[in-house]
Amino acid sequence: MTAIDVMLSAVGLVAVGSALAVVSTQHLVRAGLWLVVTLGAVAVEFLLLRAEFVAWVQVLIYVGAVVVLLLFAVMLTRAPIGRSTDLDRPIGPALLIGAGSGLGLAGLFAWVFRDMRVNPPPTGSAQRVGEAIFGDWVLPFEVLSVLLLAALVGAIVLSKKDT
Amino acid sequence: MLQPVIPMVTAALLFGIGVFGVLRRRNAVLVLLCVELMLNAVNLILVTSDVVRAQITGQVFVLFVIVIAAAEVGVGLALVLRLFRLRANINVDDVELG
Repeated sequence: MTAIDVMLSAVGLVAVGSALAVVSTQHLVRAGLWLVVTLGAVAVEFLLLRAEFVAWVQVLIYVGAVVVLLLFAVMLTRAPIGRSTDLDRPIGPALLIGAGSGLGLAGLFAWVFRDMRVNPPPTGSAQRVGEAIFGDWVLPFEVLSVLLLAALVGAIVLSKKDT
Repeated sequence: MLQPVIPMVTAALLFGIGVFGVLRRRNAVLVLLCVELMLNAVNLILVTSDVVRAQITGQVFVLFVIVIAAAEVGVGLALVLRLFRLRANINVDDVELG
């Protein structure tokens, strides 16, 4: 294990632990705040894997925008501050399917990649990512902008007072 | 040198936790939150496979996934707020279908 492996493991533990807190806390607002920790830890993993531009986009969009939006929704639906009692369904089927898929995938990956060692790649800077997007992937990029516009209009129409 | 198995296993566990949360949680906002967890796990796998194959394509797709997640959460929250205004309740168990 090199230093980067140790750091990846530590940050991964933080991510998994805070994700467990997201799905198990009884405080609605705290679930959103734990999600910030998870997303931040994943952003640090991106940095360690040299995906620099993606890491900062993750911090900006996810931690900056998506979580704030979710917290707004928590407040607009008049969630109680403090413990809620009716947040959860019975644990049985969820535990079966969740643990099955998660541990199954983890075991599969651990087996497939067990002996693999790779050199850290060149940094995924904004220049390299931008050249790839505007070279090979320009059409999906444009389609995605149309999708964003459609989602914007849809969200406005849905939240109008009386439609 | 680094071992790609570490982020891969982390991503698999995050995905499993997301699946668990979607099935376990009853509050619609919390379900959306757990969907974000699953999307993030997939992003981590894409970035890690970039490292394995020494390419940049995975990171491009991560950006696409982030944009789609933002659009999804915007429309999803508008739906949740509309549901709350109609029923004063966002428990997904109590939504009547049809």
